[in-house]
Amino acid sequence: MEIIQSAQPLYTVAVSLLAIILIGLSGNKDPNLRESWTILAAIIKFFMVVSMIPQILDSKVIEYSLITLLPGLEIKFRVDALALTFATTASFLWIITSFYSIGYMRTLKEHAQTRYFMCFAGAMAGAIGVAFSANLFTLFLFYETITFCTFPLVAHSEKPDAIKGARKYIVYLLGTSLAFQLFAIFLTYNVAGTLEFSNQGILAGKASNALLTVIFILFIAGVGKAAMMPLHAWLPAAMVAPGPVSALLHAVAVVKVGVFTVVKVILHVFGIDLLSQLGLGTCLAYFASFTIIVASVIALRQDNLKACLAYSTISQLSYIVLGVALLAPSGITGSILHITMHAFAKITLFFTAGTIYLVTHKTRISELAGIGKQMPFTMSAFAVASLSMIGIPPLGGFLSKWFLAIGSIEAKQIPIIIVLATSSILNASYFLPIVHAAFFKEPHYAKHQSPKPKQNMLEAPALVLIPLMITAIGTLVLFLWPSLFLDLARIVVAGVTGEN
Amino acid sequence: MTLTESLPILVIIIPLISAIIIPLIGRIDKSIAFAFVISANFLSFIISISLLNTVMETGRISYWLGGWEPPWGIEYVVDYLSGFVLVIVSFIAFIISVYAKKSVEMEVEGEKILPFYSIYMLLVTGFMGMIITGDIFNLYVFIEISALAGYALIAIGKKRAALIASYNYLVLGTIGATFILLGIGYLYMATGTLNMADLRERLPMLYDSKVVLTAFAFITVGLSLKLALFPFHIWLPNVYNHAPSVVSALMAATSAKVIAYVLVRIMFSVFTMKFDLEVVPVTKILLFLSVIAIIAGSVLAIAQTNIKRMLAYSSIGQIGYIVLGIAISNQLSMTGSLIHLLNHALMKGTLFLVVGAVVYKTGMEDISSLKGMGKKMPFTMAAFTIGALSMIGVPLTVGFVSKWYLALGALKAGMWFLVFIILVSSLLNAVYFWRVIEGIYFHQKPKVRSQKSTTKDSIESLKPEIQNQDDAPVGMLIPTLILAGLCIVFGIAAFIPVSVVTPIVNMLLEV
Repeated sequence: MEIIQSAQPLYTVAVSLLAIILIGLSGNKDPNLRESWTILAAIIKFFMVVSMIPQILDSKVIEYSLITLLPGLEIKFRVDALALTFATTASFLWIITSFYSIGYMRTLKEHAQTRYFMCFAGAMAGAIGVAFSANLFTLFLFYETITFCTFPLVAHSEKPDAIKGARKYIVYLLGTSLAFQLFAIFLTYNVAGTLEFSNQGILAGKASNALLTVIFILFIAGVGKAAMMPLHAWLPAAMVAPGPVSALLHAVAVVKVGVFTVVKVILHVFGIDLLSQLGLGTCLAYFASFTIIVASVIALRQDNLKACLAYSTISQLSYIVLGVALLAPSGITGSILHITMHAFAKITLFFTAGTIYLVTHKTRISELAGIGKQMPFTMSAFAVASLSMIGIPPLGGFLSKWFLAIGSIEAKQIPIIIVLATSSILNASYFLPIVHAAFFKEPHYAKHQSPKPKQNMLEAPALVLIPLMITAIGTLVLFLWPSLFLDLARIVVAGVTGEN
Repeated sequence: MTLTESLPILVIIIPLISAIIIPLIGRIDKSIAFAFVISANFLSFIISISLLNTVMETGRISYWLGGWEPPWGIEYVVDYLSGFVLVIVSFIAFIISVYAKKSVEMEVEGEKILPFYSIYMLLVTGFMGMIITGDIFNLYVFIEISALAGYALIAIGKKRAALIASYNYLVLGTIGATFILLGIGYLYMATGTLNMADLRERLPMLYDSKVVLTAFAFITVGLSLKLALFPFHIWLPNVYNHAPSVVSALMAATSAKVIAYVLVRIMFSVFTMKFDLEVVPVTKILLFLSVIAIIAGSVLAIAQTNIKRMLAYSSIGQIGYIVLGIAISNQLSMTGSLIHLLNHALMKGTLFLVVGAVVYKTGMEDISSLKGMGKKMPFTMAAFTIGALSMIGVPLTVGFVSKWYLALGALKAGMWFLVFIILVSSLLNAVYFWRVIEGIYFHQKPKVRSQKSTTKDSIESLKPEIQNQDDAPVGMLIPTLILAGLCIVFGIAAFIPVSVVTPIVNMLLEV
């Protein structure tokens, strides 16, 4: 494995930090200039990420050490295949979401837009920082950056319910990370003498099994962003945020950072050999299965569309944890693929939920009957993304579920297949009725509502509509040409299993 | 004797002389007197830096007062430890003196301003003397100088309640000082010497002497009282609450640090590790007390509605941190403790200076008075946010560095539950600081919200709020921002203070 020393990872993270300053300086005086910084930073960031792909596919690794605070505390970046999978997905979707945000925020004439775009850029810097981190300290640093940058986004409206939701958000995320994750980091450093990620893990043979188990549990409990039950309640609470925030942050950046951290801990802190020896992988897999099923069942009962999507996210995130916890090559491949597949499908769903609110101010599933006639493009995108979530070919979601299923056979955990099947049925049973109602039912009106929908805005503005069409088409494209992500996943698996 | 050799005495002489001549200069022009205070403090800061520098290069400096050779004469000693603490205290005293002008003019009556600065310098004299002296009776003298100056400074403000706070502190402080004096008397009785280095040589033979044990107990209890270590903390919240903001800031940032320094001196320089661990289980007692202090301070801070009081209880918890590291007494935890002397001075200094600025602008010190301040005083509130995040212990701030060393020290000593205590305390810190931050930035008055719905353009509706911006005057803002900036600088470049602290720890633990 060849290591290239290059500052490019740093620049990739820093470009959105620079954007924060420029956005702040532009302020409210010139909104177009301000938004152009966001777009520019997003595009530059994406191309910087993409430009690293050839080297990574060549089985090289890019490293850059920024500063050593203290022995063991180093801010260091490392770009490998796993990092790049997440970074490519997140940075691409940032571009899309930036356009969507502009359309959404301007249509609703939201307040404090400067703060909004600054925090957005900060959260993205954090997400890419987590992706590129080379050790637990750097990861923790950017993990907290995201928490602090997204708090103002969740509390955006500053109304009492938003403040309440945001408070729950910060209590869960900051609380778990300070209490458990930091504890785990202290213990890891004390035991291993290093925080640096390694393909073989850093804890093997360093401590008793009991201590290792404690560290593992602390890590899993400490990553609140992964929204594993019972630490999931922040995610539905954070749905008070504006549409684009829910879309990017709670379908991609925040929650994916959570599962990404879990994946990192499993593969690069413990290593699959150590975990299978301890038997902890299987435990985690069944723990994740519980979340998958229960969250789906809860999602069935939601009437608020965003809450339904939030529980669906909780369920889907555990797929990723499940796949890695199986500790089997195909399971890991499935997990890595699912990071991307779920991101495209879920962001589409959140975009559509935001768009429906934007156009009709409807938030409840029961109000959506017949909306497909009013908003055909939006609801078609919703239908495509739902099918991808359920896992129906030819859409991206099928691929990751396929690999997860094979992974569970490789790991000889047949009950997991039943979990996957059950979950798919549950997914279908909460998504398909929405699609059905939207296209095939006549709208029914409550007494206090006007008999006809507002005629002034039928379909959403183009700046909102085009992004969600792109991501919906993305789920199809990812099924047809998944080779990039498959190759990246193959490199990750080859690295951690030691086969080249 | 050259000037460089006289530097140790100058850090005492400069503030002491200026305390006397400030009222004289003030008769000519008050603004000259103010400039004089700043320059005197700046000078002693520069001297402290150069002393620390010399010590790092050439080792321990000893200055014989009046040329009398120790152990008969009084000796002033600058070693790694005292050099480090001298720099912290003189720096904070300098920064706060720059900040003081407007805040003091508002919170202290006109004719008392000159005496205020005079006593301020006397307080600094006391602190610097406690740090630099190598004579245990001289230490007591400086403790009393700083204490008396402290009582006066607390009571000098316009608030009536300050008198009671000061009186309570006086009573308890005097009891503490008496304990210390008794202890010193017993030590003299047992050994016949007052020089610390001499005591260190003579004491090991007397470790089983009841007199020495009593002396140690008296001194430790007296210092704990002065330090406001739980359960001796009751005087502290009232003092920080009712004293003028500048005094609260100075005391919060330096007073406990100097006393903690004295505790370390007594425990590790006058007595030895062997005594602390084997003869008297003092570390165990301190461990127990510090754990309670950490938790109780944080819990009580949550219950406060007055921001100064909240910070005061938070200080009680933070003092617990410092003592915790001393009590674990291994290399990592001591590093954490000593570095927390600097880190807590920076964080608490920042927070108290911010509160002083808010009091200056609004006259209110309730937590609720900070609501919506994010738009009105953006820079001051940014400093508050940095200080608060640092108190929570977010990475890249100084708070994280302290926590890192303390937690690793606890793990190294095999005391897991202490890591748990440290983390619980950061959670509690997060609770009471986040509450304030949320109020600062995410509070909208109902009136503003109704305006928003009527204005067509969101940009328009923001304009009146921007015009309301009314930040603290530059003279207050810059010192605050410097301290806040250092919270981050030393949080990132943590290796700089650690490189200073490491030789201290090696010296104290005799590694």
